[in-house]
Amino acid sequence: MNARYEAVIGVECHVELKTKTKMFCGCVNAFGGEPNTKICPVCLGMPGALPVPNAQAIELIIAAGLAFGAEIPAFSKFDRKNYFYPDMPKDYQISQYDMPLAIGGTVKYWLEDGTMRECRLTRIHLEEDTGKSTHAGSGDGRIAGSSYSLVDFNRAGVPLMECVSEPELRSGAEAVAYLESLRRTLLALGVSDVKMEEGSLRCDANVSIRPAGSAELGTKTEIKNMNSFRSVERAIESERARQIEILSNGGRIVQETRGWDEVNGVTHSMRSKEEAHDYRYFPEPDLVPLEPSRAAVERLRAALPVLPAQRFERYTSQLGIGSKQATQLVETPSLGAYFDRVVACSNNAQQASNFVLGDLSRLANETGVAVAESAVSAEHLAELIGLVDAKRINSKIAKELLARMWDGAGSPAAIVEREGLAQTTDPGAIAAFVEEVLSAHPSVVAEFKAGKSNVMGFLVGQVMKASRGKADPALVNELVRTKLSS
Amino acid sequence: MEYIEKSAAQIAHDVRTRVRSAAEVTDATLAHVESVEGAVGAYLTVLADSARAHAARVDERVRNGEKLALAGVPVAVKDNMCLDGSRTTCGSKILERWIAPYTATAVARMLEAGAVPIGKANCDEFAMGSSCENSALGVTRNPYDLTRVPGGSSGGSAAAVAAYEAALGMGSDTGGSIREPGAFCNLVGFKPTYGRISRYGLIAFASSLDQIGPLARTVEDAALAYDAMAGFDPMDATTVDRPVEAAAGALREDLRGLRVGMVREFDSAALGAALDALYRAAYRDLERLGAELVEVSLPTAAYGVATYYLIAPAECSSNLARFDGVRYGLRVEGDDVRSMYDRTRAAGFGPEVKRRILIGTHALSSGYYDAYYVRAQKARTLIAGDFERAFAQCDLIACPAASCPAFEFGAKSDPYSMYLMDYYTIPMALAGLPALSVPCGWTTPEGGRVPMPVGLQLCAPLFAEKLLLGAARAYEAATGHALARRPELESVRA
Repeated sequence: MNARYEAVIGVECHVELKTKTKMFCGCVNAFGGEPNTKICPVCLGMPGALPVPNAQAIELIIAAGLAFGAEIPAFSKFDRKNYFYPDMPKDYQISQYDMPLAIGGTVKYWLEDGTMRECRLTRIHLEEDTGKSTHAGSGDGRIAGSSYSLVDFNRAGVPLMECVSEPELRSGAEAVAYLESLRRTLLALGVSDVKMEEGSLRCDANVSIRPAGSAELGTKTEIKNMNSFRSVERAIESERARQIEILSNGGRIVQETRGWDEVNGVTHSMRSKEEAHDYRYFPEPDLVPLEPSRAAVERLRAALPVLPAQRFERYTSQLGIGSKQATQLVETPSLGAYFDRVVACSNNAQQASNFVLGDLSRLANETGVAVAESAVSAEHLAELIGLVDAKRINSKIAKELLARMWDGAGSPAAIVEREGLAQTTDPGAIAAFVEEVLSAHPSVVAEFKAGKSNVMGFLVGQVMKASRGKADPALVNELVRTKLSS
Repeated sequence: MEYIEKSAAQIAHDVRTRVRSAAEVTDATLAHVESVEGAVGAYLTVLADSARAHAARVDERVRNGEKLALAGVPVAVKDNMCLDGSRTTCGSKILERWIAPYTATAVARMLEAGAVPIGKANCDEFAMGSSCENSALGVTRNPYDLTRVPGGSSGGSAAAVAAYEAALGMGSDTGGSIREPGAFCNLVGFKPTYGRISRYGLIAFASSLDQIGPLARTVEDAALAYDAMAGFDPMDATTVDRPVEAAAGALREDLRGLRVGMVREFDSAALGAALDALYRAAYRDLERLGAELVEVSLPTAAYGVATYYLIAPAECSSNLARFDGVRYGLRVEGDDVRSMYDRTRAAGFGPEVKRRILIGTHALSSGYYDAYYVRAQKARTLIAGDFERAFAQCDLIACPAASCPAFEFGAKSDPYSMYLMDYYTIPMALAGLPALSVPCGWTTPEGGRVPMPVGLQLCAPLFAEKLLLGAARAYEAATGHALARRPELESVRA
């Protein structure tokens, strides 16, 4: 990377909201389905049909705004964005222009090494999604050169959140980290499924280049058609390199929209600024202004869950958990909440993290039951960690217990008590097992004495087996070594 | 007098008390429609079979003891309102073959009250016009002089009611489209407060102005239709969620205790001696009925037409975008989607619609938006403010409903003179106020063969429909102008 230049990146996301019904009608809001089965006169833009706003969608946007610390103005409104497109039923989109539901705010995100960063938001607004076109006969699925097109309006009118960041990101990796944090937060809020592969999260990036340290902004390009976080990172890096190349050779950047070509790993020009639409925004006369009451906003604020970035910061800075594990814990909101409950009744967060992300997650994968919904209550896991910490049981027994707890065996302390599984830490008792094993395997002892030190493991294993797994492994190691060397 | 000339109130009473069946009333109406339609041309579609089926259901409901306010009342539905399964054209080639897949709330409420839809009435294309001449699908004539226009845009509904082809008409008023044809056809034309009657299923012209209302031969009939249609609708976010006071049962006898505002800027002397005399007589009649006449001022009302012709086209340019040939209506194939759009819209829309789409698109364009659309909205606020101040001094405003009686076909061939037809009705529309026209006398226009009706406009504060209809009823009862002449139908019967 050329150190003389820095990239200035802003990201614009469209997120489909997880509401029961569409934005302006009673049709079900669900992914997929037979084409044109989730439609009505309103979302088809039939003559005479009128929109009625979805209260749940408005609440979700306000909740998202509050989660990012945005201002929720007392007055907001819908506007019409006018342009012709075959999959847009009314040939205008009901959107928000100059008075969005949420203004400002900050997305806290972290890089792979755990460094916390912030990116301010410009705004969050609410709008409706369009239908989906399929163009046949053009070979590449594009409208140009196609012989006919089919339109599916199931998606038309699905509530869409547009979230625009300030140009405060500096690399593809930062952009992806920002998007990850945005995604995790919206998931935690229940605002959206945020699945890029199902199109419930879509994003564009604005990229420009300037001399490192300069305060002025260079000419930007807008990158579209990025279908995964991986392609966001690649596209931004490719565009950064392209722009640096042009500037280094004394050229000028043209303001334009560029499409990301996943296969060839390059961006290509789609349309220039001159071809940009005049959307002729004006206030939507079919709807009255939105004036969310302060009381309603405060109710939504009070109902906000713990946010992933808050969790991550607490895990890493207060609980001392590594960045990678902390990221995994916040990845699934229910898993993070479960972990919080374990930590609340245990003082070994690292061990709790190990169990939750290790054995429990493995069991969850194997059985298809989420950790938070499993038979292993947070209290019982804390109890198990307590037993290990107090050296009442060793890790092998702990693993076995956990598997039984998963199957509904209940309190681990009760099982240990009932079945006498407590770890044997009495040197005398262990010495007896050692004695027994060494005399049963004279040839192995001889091998060791002849210099084959790797047979030690076998002997330790035999002692553990003789103790039915209950012996303290560290003590067994020590006693076996002492005995062999004597 | 034939039975079908009875008022809606009388017909509903007779059908409710089983003096007549809805089926009989419907058959008589359909027979009459057949005999005069060739001359009048009120309807674009006559729904004979569907009307008979509706009538049969009404009779059954009456037999089941339902007390239907509009039992068996024949109604003309303006063709910009959806009725499930019926062709709904807006008087436009672009929707010439479009069958509505659902029913407008206001229409559904009329049917629920027992009304029988006789047909879909002609109108200016997408309700843009003041004479019905902008319809691309048919000519409607004024039943009082077939060489003259019925007014517009709800001209078909007005002509149908005036010619007894229906007892009630459903119209929509954006800048005067109920009140002006009401005045031209010797009817009560009533535009309620914006938000009183659901627009769901009314094909939009200008969303912030469009309001459905009745055309009727009596104030009581208009009140009955209003009572049936008014009220909050969960399908229209701009309807007002407040109780509707039933107007039909509260029609007043006199105007005592009411202050009626005379608008200084609307001096009827400007309309010529004949109309001036009629309006002065009307104001004296109001006074004779006990009203106190007070002068009020609407200084910004003169900017009404200019304001309206920015806001309404701006909204229509967006509302009519959906007629693109993709999903419904006319499609003229092209080389690509762009040319399909262009050809479809070029062939589908008439010149006035195109003119307004162009004006509106321009008014909303980047660089012009502030100068046109934003300024027009500011002017609209000022106009509404003028009315608010005026209504601090009076309970009702009285003024002309139109600047002339019904004119001959082709008389207003330049758009601007046609736009000026709504000079007296546009300010109320911009302010969202309830207003109506009620017959106030007759005058023979210059070069005319017979006297033509003239309308007095009464306007009330927001949501004061009950007061407005009550006062109009008192005026109507005391003067009886509507009854002075009958439409010219005998000579045209087929």
